[in-house]
Amino acid sequence: MKKTLIALLGLAIAMPVYAADTITVYSARKEHLIKPLFDAYTEKTGVKIRYITDKAGPLLARIQAEGKNTPADLFMTVDAGNLWQAGEEGVLSAVDSPILEANIPAHLRDPENRWFGLSIRARTIVYSTDRVKDGELSTYEDLADPKWKGRLCLRTSKKVYNQSLVAMLMARHGEEKTEEIVKGWVANLATQPFSNDTKTMEAVAAGQCDVAIVNTYYFGRLQKKQPDIKLALFWPNQDSSGVHVNVSGAGVTKHAKNRQGAIELLEWLSSTDAQGTYASVNMEYPVNPAVKPDAIVKAWGDFKGDDLNVSSAGALQAKAIKLMDRAGYR
Amino acid sequence: MHESLTDASGSPLTNGRRRLIPRHLNKWHLASGALALLVAIPLLVVFSGWLKPETEIWTHLADTILNQLVINTIKLVVGVGLGVVSLGVCLAWLTARCEFPGRKWFDWLLMLPMAMPAYVLAFVAIGLLDFSGPVQTALRDWLGAGNFWFPQIRSTGGLITVMVLVFYPYVYMMARTAFLTQGRSTLEAARMLGAGPYGVFWRVALPMARPAIAAGTALALMETLADFGTVATFNYDTFTTAIYKAWFGFFNLQAASQLASLLLLLVFVSLLLEKSSRKRSRYHDTMRSGEPPRIRLSGARGWGVTGLLALLFSIAFLIPFIQLCLWSFEVITTDFDERYLGLLGRTLMLGTLAAVATVVAGMVLGFARRYQHDRTTQVTTSLATLGYALPGSVLAVGIMLAMTSIDNGINSVFESIGLGSPGQVLGGSVLALILAYVIRFMAVAYGPVETGLARIRPSLPEAARSLGASPFQTLKSVYLPLLRPGLMTGLLLVMVDTMKEMPATLLMRPFGWDTLAVRIYEMTSEGEWERAALPAITLVFAGLIPVVLLMRRSLKRR
Repeated sequence: MKKTLIALLGLAIAMPVYAADTITVYSARKEHLIKPLFDAYTEKTGVKIRYITDKAGPLLARIQAEGKNTPADLFMTVDAGNLWQAGEEGVLSAVDSPILEANIPAHLRDPENRWFGLSIRARTIVYSTDRVKDGELSTYEDLADPKWKGRLCLRTSKKVYNQSLVAMLMARHGEEKTEEIVKGWVANLATQPFSNDTKTMEAVAAGQCDVAIVNTYYFGRLQKKQPDIKLALFWPNQDSSGVHVNVSGAGVTKHAKNRQGAIELLEWLSSTDAQGTYASVNMEYPVNPAVKPDAIVKAWGDFKGDDLNVSSAGALQAKAIKLMDRAGYR
Repeated sequence: MHESLTDASGSPLTNGRRRLIPRHLNKWHLASGALALLVAIPLLVVFSGWLKPETEIWTHLADTILNQLVINTIKLVVGVGLGVVSLGVCLAWLTARCEFPGRKWFDWLLMLPMAMPAYVLAFVAIGLLDFSGPVQTALRDWLGAGNFWFPQIRSTGGLITVMVLVFYPYVYMMARTAFLTQGRSTLEAARMLGAGPYGVFWRVALPMARPAIAAGTALALMETLADFGTVATFNYDTFTTAIYKAWFGFFNLQAASQLASLLLLLVFVSLLLEKSSRKRSRYHDTMRSGEPPRIRLSGARGWGVTGLLALLFSIAFLIPFIQLCLWSFEVITTDFDERYLGLLGRTLMLGTLAAVATVVAGMVLGFARRYQHDRTTQVTTSLATLGYALPGSVLAVGIMLAMTSIDNGINSVFESIGLGSPGQVLGGSVLALILAYVIRFMAVAYGPVETGLARIRPSLPEAARSLGASPFQTLKSVYLPLLRPGLMTGLLLVMVDTMKEMPATLLMRPFGWDTLAVRIYEMTSEGEWERAALPAITLVFAGLIPVVLLMRRSLKRR
């Protein structure tokens, strides 16, 4: 035991010594979604990447605490809200890169270039093909209509995807109208909110309700497992704001030890080389318009996405949560 | 010197008795103080959240959801408390004092549910029993939709049931050790004075086991209060929900810390109250004279008990275990590879190191409390066990912030003397991670050790000392053998808890040091529960190793 402890101590002290060309990533995007890309990058360039995964909140707290001693070069998250927050807290630094600006549409990155979206996550309506008639569905707002009473299922308001959705509604309609919409949703609920998107869709499939709002990749996973499931995706708001989109993305930290390496990695992740894999490992949509999504994803059809800058989701997140608390959406 | 002597021993009567005592006592003061300080640093970080007022969030919470959250939390704590006490004590009495078919198997089988992370059981329970699950689907196919009543699993009752099934082993294991070590003569004396088997249980065995039951219940309730994963799976809002909402939703770690510190204060006061309420009682046997005879439950009664325990074991462990196995088979060909050896190795290693370190620390605290009856020690020992009452993520951030500021200090010193910055020293090291586990799980080790010590008659070690044994010899030949069951329980509980631990492991592990719990997090956080089954089942097996090694060995010895 003593020997192990001494060996461990030695290891712990030896730990921080790393080659200068290593890139260090703090990631809220999960290992199995980033490792294939990092491996490919290392193979291509010889640059080593080390990373640690956790929720965005603790990782952000860690970068802030470490200050100028932080080993982190790149901070990755799975939603725009946390990127926005990291930008506000001043832990990210602006990157002026013509490559990133060319690869990523303006509404999917920070107006001040502190962070960049790398994949699109569309949050749309899923419905029972048995019980929802053609033409019945139209918009997110319409789900508040009493005709959906007892037919709607929702995931918990504590999930950031729903907070972003409501934040974007607020950006369009203002607080008062949005609160009415959310109250309408709550009134139409068939059962109390679920803890995740998959369970929500399974409830629609089982007949507990007829419609739900989910991220498309969860639907993709369910469809892969049960190809004959009687559910389909609907693209709402096509005549108005478009489908609600969020991004997973990344930003270079202010005290990055390997700033140049981090920028080059970011540029490569947005390139046609990497975008296909980045999006398709999780059945998401690429941000780079030159890259087509995965075949399964393509089969769901094209849609018009919301082109309001995704940073609004972060800026209005706190207000959105308060609104949902007031509306009794749990 | 003279001052500290009267100070430490409290009573002037003992002043002249032994001159070595004061130094001895001061050592315990120092040791328990140091451990309390270790735990106190991250807690102070949490309390420092009050330095910045956050009235806006407080007003919002008070206006909207706070009332409901407090009511929900009270319901949960009362429900889980009643559940774990009644279930844990009944099971402990049955396996420790009674004899029925299969009793030797149930001795340790009934410990297994704690190897299952609570949120995993929650997910399996909802997966099986909710509207879209296989049970209700089969019933609908058979009876037709709407023709039958089925309880709503996603409810207060459902959540309490799941938590009781995962947390009862804390009470079971500690109460069982207490019942097993109650001497024959005490129980026989009760019988001779005319008490029946029920009388012995209610009037002698149960009151004597009270410290153990209280310690086990405290652990279960602290875990209930700190839980986030299980309540989130049920979408049941508790006080922890508000903490996480403030942090992850409102991006306000200060407000989250303020909320968390209230939770801490509540636990701290309850711990002090419970301890001072039994301050004057003594719980050691006058004489240890072997195991009393077990109560034989024969015929239908015996088999009835066997059947009930088998049913309980199936619900709490076997059925979820089988479900996890089924899910694992779906992904085993794609997900299982040589990396699992590393994951398992690191998980077991961290578990072992943390268990040993925490139990040693727990013993130091236990001895400090045994030799010291003053208020300082009472406060320091209670303080040192508070890490368990905080939601894991909040404590993890507190520890991380403390370690990072030490690192930053080291870096500025190095820079100021022109040596360049060494970067992270503590942060991201195994040592820091083990320290984090010690801080978090101190209560888990301290509980069994303290109740074990309370049962040792002071005259026994005193006799050893007066016969010329050194303190070390006394520890080795008197305390350790008598403490063995308590130590085993402590090691096992800490090891299993460490292996399940998520937030601190995630935030503080060295690069590349993934464990099984990290794997589970990676899968569940993206909703891939079936793929999480594989690391979860490996974790259950990893939890079986200490159960089999430690418990079976300690059982054989008696």
